[in-house]
Amino acid sequence: MNVKFRVTVKILASLLVFVMLFLALEQLLVPKYTDSVYEGQLIQEYYDSDQNNQVLFIGDCEVYENFSPITLWEEYGITSYIRGGPQQLIWQSYYLLEDTLQYETPDVVVFNVLSMKYDEPQSEAYNRLNIDGMEFSQSKIDAINASMTEEESFSSYIFPILRYHDRITELTWDDFIYYFDTPTISYNGYLMQTDVKAVEVIPEGTALASYEFGETSYMYLDMITELCTENDIELILIKAPSIYPYWYEQWDEQMVEYAAENELLYINFLDYVEEIGIDYQTDTYDSGLHLNVYGAEKMSDYFGEILQSEYGLENLSDDEEISNYWESLVESYYQERNEGT
Amino acid sequence: MLFTSWTFVIYASVSVLLYYILPKKLQPKILLVSSIIFYAYAGVEYLLFLFATIITVFIATNKIEDLKETQKANLSNFSDKAQKKEYKAKIHLKQKKWFLSCLILNFGILAVVKYTDFVISNINVVVNTVSEGSSLPLLNIILPMGISFYTFQSMSYLIDVFWGKQKAERNFFNYALFASFFPQMIQGPISRYSDLSKTMFSVHKFEQNNFYSACVRVLYGYFKKMIIADRLIPVIALLVANPDQYQGIYVIAVMFLYAICLYADFTGGIDITIGVAKMFGIDLVENFNKPFLSVSIAEYWRKWHITMGTWFRDYIFYPLSVSKKMLKFTTKSRKVFGGNLGKRIPVYVSTMILWFLTGLWHGAAWNFIVWGMVNGLVILISQELSPLYAKFHKKFPKAKTSKSYFAFSVFRTFWLMNIIRVFDCYANVPLTFKMFGSIFTNLSINEFLTQGLAGLGVSSVSYIAALYGTIFLLFVGYITRKSEKFEDIAKRQNYITKTAIVFFLVFSIIIFGAYGIGFDSSQFIYNQF
Repeated sequence: MNVKFRVTVKILASLLVFVMLFLALEQLLVPKYTDSVYEGQLIQEYYDSDQNNQVLFIGDCEVYENFSPITLWEEYGITSYIRGGPQQLIWQSYYLLEDTLQYETPDVVVFNVLSMKYDEPQSEAYNRLNIDGMEFSQSKIDAINASMTEEESFSSYIFPILRYHDRITELTWDDFIYYFDTPTISYNGYLMQTDVKAVEVIPEGTALASYEFGETSYMYLDMITELCTENDIELILIKAPSIYPYWYEQWDEQMVEYAAENELLYINFLDYVEEIGIDYQTDTYDSGLHLNVYGAEKMSDYFGEILQSEYGLENLSDDEEISNYWESLVESYYQERNEGT
Repeated sequence: MLFTSWTFVIYASVSVLLYYILPKKLQPKILLVSSIIFYAYAGVEYLLFLFATIITVFIATNKIEDLKETQKANLSNFSDKAQKKEYKAKIHLKQKKWFLSCLILNFGILAVVKYTDFVISNINVVVNTVSEGSSLPLLNIILPMGISFYTFQSMSYLIDVFWGKQKAERNFFNYALFASFFPQMIQGPISRYSDLSKTMFSVHKFEQNNFYSACVRVLYGYFKKMIIADRLIPVIALLVANPDQYQGIYVIAVMFLYAICLYADFTGGIDITIGVAKMFGIDLVENFNKPFLSVSIAEYWRKWHITMGTWFRDYIFYPLSVSKKMLKFTTKSRKVFGGNLGKRIPVYVSTMILWFLTGLWHGAAWNFIVWGMVNGLVILISQELSPLYAKFHKKFPKAKTSKSYFAFSVFRTFWLMNIIRVFDCYANVPLTFKMFGSIFTNLSINEFLTQGLAGLGVSSVSYIAALYGTIFLLFVGYITRKSEKFEDIAKRQNYITKTAIVFFLVFSIIIFGAYGIGFDSSQFIYNQF
């Protein structure tokens, strides 16, 4: 009995040391996204945030670059978070919504519909940026399974060291300095850009073989709609005012139709550019793909009005606890904004 | 099911678990079922080939054994010597019929699936020289997994039974397991029944220390395969795929890297095979014995892919050398060339036939045949030069035992083998000669000094990992220089050191191994044989 007990203890102790070493190495080797590809940090930053939001944005870069939660707070006292990621696919948006609902239930969910054009997994690199940051949950497992391209393996999402082991020769000081924690780079999911690069050419969309959105896209859009209904959340479908990638008329019609059928609000902000006051000579940092901070503020100001007037979102600026959280964000927001100007 | 896939790791683990937790008497059957499922995973249709070999060999060997027993029982009935002889000859003829039909059938299957397209493409070359444009279509038969290995293993058993060196196995399931044991299906070793049956059919208790050393052996195999071989394969592939760009010194680099890569790949695979078998308590024969420390090509071939070498020696070379036709040829040769040379010529003919077949076994392509013949030729030349060596050693008696002469001999053998192996790398005989020639005509030393191998586009981590792996390989080679196995040394250590060894191997594989996106989970090079 004693011998058996000793052997068991030895094996368990060895396993424990193994797991600790494994996790320590994994932590060292996973990218920290502190000197480039900052988008890699966006998804995980949510877990350290206040998680007391009235509005949740989900979708691709058109949400995390074009809307500023700081403006929504400053102008309307609306609390919001953007769980956006680069080329976030619609099923990733769905599972991120599902994941968020484990922590809070917002009043409004805003979904940018550009990702309707993708009906199947696209790219490992973008999958990583949208999924790696999710905490382990059933939603994460489902997101992985829905997103993997042929060359990817499930195990490498659960144990990212299996994906990033080759970074061993590329480690930088940042990997050690930010071993335990990385500095927050977003403002409740908003990734600030202060550069200005005017639109020179407004691109025309090239003809497509089919303009019909795929079945999978519709399936997940239905799932987002249902999930919102089940949780008594208002869903707003939007198309952000990015002039490229091209948003086809036929796509727009399908979204108008879907919104009407499901009694949802759908706003194509490309139709309201003048009303919003966006100037593509000054309000974009990459020739019209995304808005810069000045454009995002105009966009958010315009949208905040809709949120307050149409959805009656309460102004929470008088709530001391909430204000404290937002004021610290506002301070660093303007510091970065001014440094960038 | 690649050894380097999670599927294999999980499959082998589950098989080992079932092997020890289910009733012990079921152990051989569990292994047999595991082996058949493993084989079916590669393609259910290939089971037909495997079953054909198992069934025909089992029937033939049992018939031969029955006849042997009948002969033994009946021989006492004959009082007359001549009658006895006649009866024996009759029985032998019957045995021979079973033996030959089984042998021809199985080698016939191997020949058809492996060599048909090679024959057709050669016929096409000949036909095209006469009338351009007319060619026979290739059959593109996909080679059933491990067919060369299990056919050779089964045929060795058949021959041994026919020769009376081995009693036929009467239990069909035991024989089926011998022929299909899954760890050695992919790349050998080519086991003999007399070796494998010692541990294969007995009941095994789980022994912690034995299991530990099996795990170390498996991990060391993965270490070699994933850290060295799989890291170097893309480098070699790039160099070989662009022969116009990479000539001269790059060909030397290919020779050197391919030697390390092939060694790590093949021995790594064998380590995994032997380790997994050991987990089941089954001992497989070793297939390598420090081949790169050989002082001659002949010694090298006694230490590299040992089971293949001994197979060809025991079942081709010896029978051929003592065959009636060869003895007749020896007599004639002596008459024509005199005693000394006349005696050697038949041996040389047998040697060249042996190496022709060895080349052919490695692949249905001319480069393998030429590779085999060059091996044979070099061995014969060194035999011819042996009087010269003897004279040299007589004059410098200390050289034979000196370390520097040993180092020189090892270096010479290593590079001779590297040169011969180029036929395998470029897989095209004229191109191989051209590339070899470029060493003398276009050394490209300036390009190499300017960009080295960095310009190939292979990530630096691959070179660092391969170097790291090779240094550890050399370290293991040093600590096992007194012919002790690495896993046995590891087994003797205290618990903390034992754990540290496992951790070192596992974490090295995790960090430096070639896997994941950007890496094609490389087949073991020897799988294709």
